[in-house]
Amino acid sequence: MRVLRLNVNGDTHEVAAPEHWTLLEVLRYEMGLTGSKQGCDKGDCGACTVLVDGAPVLSCLSLAALAEGPEITTIEGLLPAHIAAGDEGPDPVQEAFHRCGALQCGFCQPGMMLSARALLNDNASPTREQIKNALAGNLCRCTGYTQIIQAVELAVAEAAGVAPENPAWSPDENPWATCRRGESEAGHS
Amino acid sequence: MAARDNHGTGPPWSKGFQVVGKPHPKLDGLAKATGQAIYADDIQLPGMLHVKFLRSPHAHARIVSIDVQKALEHDGVHAVLTGADLPTKYGVIPWTPDENALAVERVRFIGDEICAVAAIDEDTANTALKLIEVEYEELHAYLDPFDALERSDPQIHDEIRGKEVRGNISKKVELEFGDVDGGFDAADVVVEGDYFFHGTTHTPIEPHCAVAQYGADGVLTVWSATQITHYVQRALARVLEMPEARIRVVQPCLGGAFGGKSDPFALEFVVAKLAMITGRPCKCLWTREEVFYAHRGRHPMHMHYRTGASRDGRLTAVDAKILIDGGSYSSFGLVTTYYSGQLLTGPYDFPSYRFDSTRVFTNKPPCGPKRGHGSVQPRFAFEVQLDQVAEKLALDPIELRRRNFQGENTKTVNGQRVTSNGFMQCLDEVERASDWIARRGRLPRGRGLGVAGSMYISGTNYAVYPNDMPQAGVQLKLDRSGLVTVFTGGNDIGQGSNSVARIIVAEELGLDPEDVRVVAADTDLCPVDLGAYSSRVTFMVGNALIDACRKVRKTIVDAVAAEWEIPAQRVWMGLGEVFDLEDRERRLSTRKAFHLAEERFDTLGATGSYNTPKLGGDYRGGTIGASPAYSFTAHAVEVAVDEETGRITVENCWVAHDCGRALNPMLVAGQMEGSAYMGIAEALMEHHDVNRFGLHQGPSLLDYRIPTSIDTPELHALIVESLDPEGPYGAKEAGEGPLHPSVPAISNAVFDACGVRLCELPFTPGKVLKALRAQRDSGKAALADLAPNP
Repeated sequence: MRVLRLNVNGDTHEVAAPEHWTLLEVLRYEMGLTGSKQGCDKGDCGACTVLVDGAPVLSCLSLAALAEGPEITTIEGLLPAHIAAGDEGPDPVQEAFHRCGALQCGFCQPGMMLSARALLNDNASPTREQIKNALAGNLCRCTGYTQIIQAVELAVAEAAGVAPENPAWSPDENPWATCRRGESEAGHS
Repeated sequence: MAARDNHGTGPPWSKGFQVVGKPHPKLDGLAKATGQAIYADDIQLPGMLHVKFLRSPHAHARIVSIDVQKALEHDGVHAVLTGADLPTKYGVIPWTPDENALAVERVRFIGDEICAVAAIDEDTANTALKLIEVEYEELHAYLDPFDALERSDPQIHDEIRGKEVRGNISKKVELEFGDVDGGFDAADVVVEGDYFFHGTTHTPIEPHCAVAQYGADGVLTVWSATQITHYVQRALARVLEMPEARIRVVQPCLGGAFGGKSDPFALEFVVAKLAMITGRPCKCLWTREEVFYAHRGRHPMHMHYRTGASRDGRLTAVDAKILIDGGSYSSFGLVTTYYSGQLLTGPYDFPSYRFDSTRVFTNKPPCGPKRGHGSVQPRFAFEVQLDQVAEKLALDPIELRRRNFQGENTKTVNGQRVTSNGFMQCLDEVERASDWIARRGRLPRGRGLGVAGSMYISGTNYAVYPNDMPQAGVQLKLDRSGLVTVFTGGNDIGQGSNSVARIIVAEELGLDPEDVRVVAADTDLCPVDLGAYSSRVTFMVGNALIDACRKVRKTIVDAVAAEWEIPAQRVWMGLGEVFDLEDRERRLSTRKAFHLAEERFDTLGATGSYNTPKLGGDYRGGTIGASPAYSFTAHAVEVAVDEETGRITVENCWVAHDCGRALNPMLVAGQMEGSAYMGIAEALMEHHDVNRFGLHQGPSLLDYRIPTSIDTPELHALIVESLDPEGPYGAKEAGEGPLHPSVPAISNAVFDACGVRLCELPFTPGKVLKALRAQRDSGKAALADLAPNP
């Protein structure tokens, strides 16, 4: 066992964990931050992705003992950080994934959204190719990636104040406009 | 029975839909987006032990002895189980219980479970596993289904449910409809060929996981990543020899399934038994490697098809002979064998049809139901063969399919009732969207367009165990706060069935969807539903919900009508309010209406249920494949073939799917896109197989190669609505049908691109190059790879 000082989601935590444990194991089973998922435990699926000083990192391949020092962000950290920055509700990436139907089973999505967040932090207006490349380390088995890519493009479009590209299934412009959190159905009949 | 009421395709009120038909985000979307959603492995209980399995290193062997003493004595180990502790066999199909949670006397594939250890942590359990000594006597391993068909010594299973197994044959079905030989005699063209569909597996990103707690009151609770809560409860009761009423099974948030979590699995029995033995909660999380061994994926099928057609392109006869590689256990195999023939009889009409399907046991991970269960493989063979018929007759492949359209409200050659059928519109949509007429056959060499069609069931009238009770039951609780809670045994496996429930209840009771919450897949809290398989949930749970809503809505309307002293017909509920239709100033909130109803009548709630009408052909097996509604799909795909490397790239896939009515078009599109993606992946990348020793050739996501965002083409979801007369507001399934045409459409597009027929899956660069070489050698279009795998 070893005592670790980890900076996670803005706080410094002291946790005791076996020396060989990965960052994923410490986050999930010592700290209770179960939003980071284990899909393969060998770096293939990306479900365990967290941000380390803003860069996406596979926490299942990172020794917890080597994670002392940098700022670690898990999916649980995005919403509080967004509120702390003076905004309301979830991070725009989380909100866009929700509104676009990108969260089917949702298991891969914490890692996917953190990869998307890292991309948008570096590049506020990525092309579709750049989005696909940035998310290529995160496997999704439900969506065929289509609604995920639409979600990232919606977040980009709304940040830029432009209209998103219409999906094939919708006859209406921007079908996601009515999918905002807390917006009553009664308001748009 | 109210459950069989036809609810019609319209909204509950004379006005248009308020909620249905619009895109709504999922009710659990934000919980999943923020990491709050709890999946099985997120459950941690005080004092919980961790369980690991010892698995067979042999493909087929007799267990001579097992010595667990050293493992038991290892520090931190609390219990070790062997097959002797759980001797009762089970299987999801009641006629074929051939599985033990832990092997009894025999192991049947590399990865078969033998022992389980419960210890203070996974590392300790893994160390203890190494201390277990097992002596084996190796037996002949069947790795080739043809070998299993011809040889019967040794048998993989000697008897199942007291019945002797014939050699290694798991199931054989031969059925003939109409005059097949006469149909071929009357045909102007006959196409005949061999096709091979390989094994593929589900690979949900969440591995299987189960947690058990045995209460001091004798109640066992199992949280499991399952899509069949009800069947798991029944199987646990059988194997543990406990009353069902003492067992609670809960499905937490589920990280994908696709059919891969629709059997009871060893870990569920084992964590339960270990929790009972040790008095401590027990958890087992399978590794990714173990998920590949659990498998239950797509059955490899060796298929021989013969199709006859008249000069004008009308089909006259279809004849199929199929050898199905079942792997080591029965699983759903009885149904798979029927489905391999029964589900081919649409969207085309043919007057005669014969199929002869044989499923054999082999010493490989057991196959089962994967998205499009049993029918994706024959559909591939048949839709390629249809393209070959079109080629022979110099007909456009879409036109050939149109000429054979079976129509609406008809009966298939094997006696299945087809009601709504939007297949023609599906063809129109993909023809338009792909610019088919201008481009098919006219693209430069190396680029091509292909089309394929399919049909699939929206649930089946064949419950897994015979009973006359409803297939779907629901319960509603209406609260004084204005909240409505839905209790449903239906499993939301990520497809969004809980969100569909919310939309239906909001529509029926005139509520803001956010005032409807759903409690699902908990056997203590929810009425029985059979689970998420056969694409049954929207159709069956949806109809049950409408049934329940209409009962309770009458109570509310009557209470408001009495309060206002007006006839009930004048009371209208919508958008969170209740109006007098003739005096719009008279209104109150739905919440107040709930209060009035509760004052006047009773605590508010209702149950509802659904059962299928009597369906199916009047012959043995005639109900298997009978569905209250069929969905229809057409795909057009655009491919580029690199003739130097043999690599096929799918650039676009247009998916037109008749889902009856899109209750939530965004979720329907998500199902269509996910299905098409999975079909394309099976065609080009994925292959689940074992090597010559029976060892899995690559039980990891890297080796199995599921597509990334870069590998996935542009997917265009084109929703077609045929308004089914019996579906909830006309809805049918959307989660499995849209996978089927992906695979043959790619083969057909490759033919358009470079004139070679790919009849053996997966379409690897090697096979493409081989076909191109044969084409060059023969100097004309050649049939690629007709011979099945050696």
